[in-house]
Amino acid sequence: MITINNLSKTFKTKDHTVQAVDDVSIDIEKGDIYGVIGYSGAGKSTFVRLINRLEDPTDGEIILNGQDMTDLSKAQLRLERQKIGMIFQHFNLLWSRTVYENIAFPLEIAGIPKANREEKVLELIELVGLKGRENSYPSQLSGGQKQRVGIARSLANDPKVLLCDEATSALDPETTDDILDLLVSINEKLDLTIILITHEMHVIQKICHRVAVMEQGHVVEQGDVLDVFMNPQSKTTKRFVQQLNPQEGSVEELKDFITSDERSKVVKLHFVGHNAKRALISDVSKQFDINVNILQGSISPTQEGAYGTLYVEFQGEPETIEDVMNYVKTTGVGVEVIDHVD
Amino acid sequence: MLTNIFPNVDMEKMWVATYETLYMTFISVLGTFILGILLGLLLYLTNKGNLWENKSLNSIVAIIVNVSRAIPFIILILLLFPFTDFLLGTIRGPNAALPALIVGSAPFYARLVEIGLREVDKGVIEAAKAMGAKTRTIIFKVLLPESMPALISGITVTAIALISYTAMAGVIGAGGLGDLAYMEGFQRRNNDVVLACTIFIVVIVFIFQFIGDWISKRIDHR
Ligand SMILES: Nc1ncnc2c1ncn2[C@@H]1O[C@H](COP(=O)(O)OP(=O)(O)O)[C@@H](O)[C@H]1O
Ligand SMILES: [Mg+2]
Repeated sequence: MITINNLSKTFKTKDHTVQAVDDVSIDIEKGDIYGVIGYSGAGKSTFVRLINRLEDPTDGEIILNGQDMTDLSKAQLRLERQKIGMIFQHFNLLWSRTVYENIAFPLEIAGIPKANREEKVLELIELVGLKGRENSYPSQLSGGQKQRVGIARSLANDPKVLLCDEATSALDPETTDDILDLLVSINEKLDLTIILITHEMHVIQKICHRVAVMEQGHVVEQGDVLDVFMNPQSKTTKRFVQQLNPQEGSVEELKDFITSDERSKVVKLHFVGHNAKRALISDVSKQFDINVNILQGSISPTQEGAYGTLYVEFQGEPETIEDVMNYVKTTGVGVEVIDHVD
Repeated sequence: MLTNIFPNVDMEKMWVATYETLYMTFISVLGTFILGILLGLLLYLTNKGNLWENKSLNSIVAIIVNVSRAIPFIILILLLFPFTDFLLGTIRGPNAALPALIVGSAPFYARLVEIGLREVDKGVIEAAKAMGAKTRTIIFKVLLPESMPALISGITVTAIALISYTAMAGVIGAGGLGDLAYMEGFQRRNNDVVLACTIFIVVIVFIFQFIGDWISKRIDHR
């Protein structure tokens, strides 16, 4: 659906040049929620602005539905942009227009006659849950409501792609989750491809299918969210993953539980994907004659299922413990005996 | 009682003069509004980083604006005599003052317009671009509506300056309250006429200020 090949952008100012985006190649499939994560200054905003040509690339190509965005005339580009929705960190609504008029704006730009706009606008207001606020001005809305207007506006011309630049970064955690839920439901309902820029791991974890990690203009890692989370390669990715599992660092505290006693074993359980939803611990303690002592861990739900780790202590006959471990393996959960802490 | 305080004031003449002052003010405010917005847009759009970025055009417009703002109004009237004569066939009466009034205040207003346009959120302009808007759409549906409160309070300030310019134009025979105050009041030492004209002008200024503030408040939904 979107193929980006060797995309680069260099900013030249009087005294220095900045390579904001450096040889980025990404493939995005239809219906994907594709996340791009990176720290401030990594080049994420520049990257997303290159896609709808708010910035002109220095090099490379952006192929959207078979159309190379880099060789469009000005008029063609305007038409193409009407089919690419965009939402922003600071919403960028027109304060001089009501909710209704803001959502109608892209339809005016597309030259839709006034009579035909109403149905679409009301449908969008319904979709984003703002019924009854049609005649409010943006200044009368909360941040979350403003972003809902932004989303409705971005969908007005039935776009194929939605670009989100830090769309939740100005919102509190609860509102962030509401907006993310809305994005997921739009993605499912309209089969809309979403490209989402963020510096928050939580956002990637919650809604993205695939992720690219950006650092100094480069993509240092990309792939399925779970794969990237499970096996982070670069230092930056590891730091982001750490954000989700702050407890992971404290394996030290397991020391006290690790003994040479055959009747007690400390085990690390690795949950990936849908098996993380299983009530594994209660299964085990019902089926086998052992005690399960939960030591620490965390499970993070993602769009592609949950992932996480759990440290437990099994207490019982050595043979039973062995049986339990074999049983756990058959459920697809990774098992690792911890016999020392380094 | 009023005739005791204002023995020399002829109300008939006062109303005619008031009408002339209002006439000059209205027409020149309208002209200034249109010309000032055109010049202000040109200044803004040709500025660095904006839609029609063009350094030389920007400098040319800026020079024209700055030079004409530097010319004292009374001298501007004299300088524009040949132009006014050519345009209207006369250099007397309320109409004759209009070219000087508009040329004198449009550059001032253009600067206020430019300042107002600069206040428009760049993010909103960018959002409009991302939606595929033409430059014309951005000007008429984003830049002007989003800066309208500033444009209105700017034209209010300018209108009040224009009212005092119309009084000054009275000195060269443009008519209006300034003319009346000078010819009938000052020249004939009728201080009561000067006072009456002053009161009328002050009231007009207050009314303009009130209307301007009211409109600008009404349309500001920020
Ligand atoms: N218009 C510009 N002119 C010059 N440098 C820019 C411009 N836009 C972005 N940059 C630089 O490009 C780099 C990447 O910026 P940006 O894409 O905004 O990063 P992010 O969104 O990841 O924080 C930064 O070093 C920034 O200073
Ligand atoms: Mg950014």
